[in-house]
Amino acid sequence: MTFGVRSATARFGDTVALDNVTVDVPSGMVVAVVGGDGAGKSTLLRALTGEVPLDTGAVQAPPKQDLGYLPASSGSWAALSVTQNIDFVGGIYGLKGEALAVRRAELLERAKLTGAADRLASQLSGGMRRKLGFSMAIVHEPSLLVLDEPSTGVDPVSRIDLWRLVSEAAATGTAVIMSTTYLDEAERAAHLVVLDGGRVLVQGSYDEVRAGFTGAITRSDQPVRAEWSWRRGRDRREYWPDTDPPPGATIVQPDLEDIIIALSLRRRAARPLS
Amino acid sequence: MGAMIIKEFRELGRDRRTLAMLIVMPLLLLVIFGYAANFNVSTVKAAVVGPQAEQLAAQLPSFFDVTVTEPSSTQSDAEALLQDNKVDVAFVSGQTPTRALVDGSNLFAAQSIVSALNKAGESVQTQVLYNPELKTSWVMVPAIIGLILTFIGVIITSIGLVRERETGTLEQLAVMPIKPSTVILGKITPYFLLASLDMLIVTLLGIMLFGVPFNGSPFAFALGAGIFLFVVLGLGVLISTVSHTAGQAIQTALLLLLPQILLSGMIFPLDAMAAGVRWIGYLLPLTYFVVISQGILLRGASLASLWYAYVILTVMAVVVFTGATLRFRRDLAPGGRAEADSTEPVAAEAASAR
Repeated sequence: MTFGVRSATARFGDTVALDNVTVDVPSGMVVAVVGGDGAGKSTLLRALTGEVPLDTGAVQAPPKQDLGYLPASSGSWAALSVTQNIDFVGGIYGLKGEALAVRRAELLERAKLTGAADRLASQLSGGMRRKLGFSMAIVHEPSLLVLDEPSTGVDPVSRIDLWRLVSEAAATGTAVIMSTTYLDEAERAAHLVVLDGGRVLVQGSYDEVRAGFTGAITRSDQPVRAEWSWRRGRDRREYWPDTDPPPGATIVQPDLEDIIIALSLRRRAARPLS
Repeated sequence: MGAMIIKEFRELGRDRRTLAMLIVMPLLLLVIFGYAANFNVSTVKAAVVGPQAEQLAAQLPSFFDVTVTEPSSTQSDAEALLQDNKVDVAFVSGQTPTRALVDGSNLFAAQSIVSALNKAGESVQTQVLYNPELKTSWVMVPAIIGLILTFIGVIITSIGLVRERETGTLEQLAVMPIKPSTVILGKITPYFLLASLDMLIVTLLGIMLFGVPFNGSPFAFALGAGIFLFVVLGLGVLISTVSHTAGQAIQTALLLLLPQILLSGMIFPLDAMAAGVRWIGYLLPLTYFVVISQGILLRGASLASLWYAYVILTVMAVVVFTGATLRFRRDLAPGGRAEADSTEPVAAEAASAR
């Protein structure tokens, strides 16, 4: 089963949040959506959950019973305990009695939250709260799991835990689509979608994205063309989309961050702001 | 300092609700206290019964607005008119001295009537019914019950719902296989039960501490309170749909609560208000609950005699609740994928142009 959106366009007033976006989310695969603020990441995810109606295009998503969602907010009820949060969501999906108890124990153990089962969600650390939210999103073993920035603001150890949970969900056949601001996370996804200004800049596996990247990126202290350069650490990068870099320039192997910035610059150069 | 002041004005300019409170509230208070805050009743509705009803009615000063003159009626008929809140005072002629029966549940009118009748000396024997000692607490406790229900329904409910929006859990509920109406019912049922418990406690304490009588049917009272609760809970839901934060919800709820306290007849008698302001009172649900509550507790009024208050509250409940549910549904299912029973994947195709 493959979920996703086809030729999706969504507008909020005069703002085009999604512009002819097509993304497939096959079962058992993790699709990472990356992009800057206002790129359309959340809109894409919320189109899949049915929260954002499309102006044009189509959404292929499971019914609500089969959809799991972790919003960008906490994803849990602060005044309920960890157990009560899972029980509440499990109850809505029809889990009860022994089945719910078994599923709850399994989720808490996998999320390393067994020791915090009786703590209020408001008393959990940010990372623990996101893991609780994730556990609540998969309590009913959904076919499609939609995660809106699950690891933003989470400590590095909890991020590893969260990524493990995401991978485990995909391994059981769940189609996972997640937005993230961490490019190292995106690189680990089977398929990544780079959005910019509501449009898909590039998508594919990390290897495919790198292989499909055209032009050259150089490293220098003084860029030749400021509008095509950006700072990375102590030095600057410069993108040469159509022309060869000047002789003697140091060409670097671009990573995902370089590729995304370079493609964004190319798109903006092609569509200058009016 | 200057930058701070400019920043504050800019923020205030974008906070329309606070601006509304700053502008509307003083105007509201001015209008209410100017036109409504009046304890002096200028005229009272009167009935005159008994053999000399016609002659007696003709002799009464203009303070008594005689709306019923029935020579063939008796004292028990007069009491029925008072119990049904048709008149504030009933004169029973044909005996010396003439007997005047006063409705004590309408406190300010009763005080004015007693004061006027005292000037007539021993030619009139005055008897105050339903609140013989004209105790303020007897009139206030039934109204306070309504105020407490309003407080819980409007403020507490709206805060509870807005908290879901603030913390983002409303978004989570929106994607779950749960109908908007179920969410609303699930959210308001605890408040309905708690408000009912509060109502029971306040009523019992009113009876025990202040000796407030409960002369009418508990069923009629519970029915009126139940319908009224639906109205105020609906208002709470409605407020939550136009508020993004708990602070906004409280501001909006206060804008609704204040007129109910001042214009429902709970403090200032409706009859003593200027006509324009009185009509605002007639649009407020608490006005009708006060009528039901005071009528049942003090006068032992029947459901049939209070039918109009029940009907108006029911209409209000239907209108407010329908509006609240529709707005809440829009928040919960904006994408139109509210179906909860389908097991097939949903392929939603948008129209080419909307």
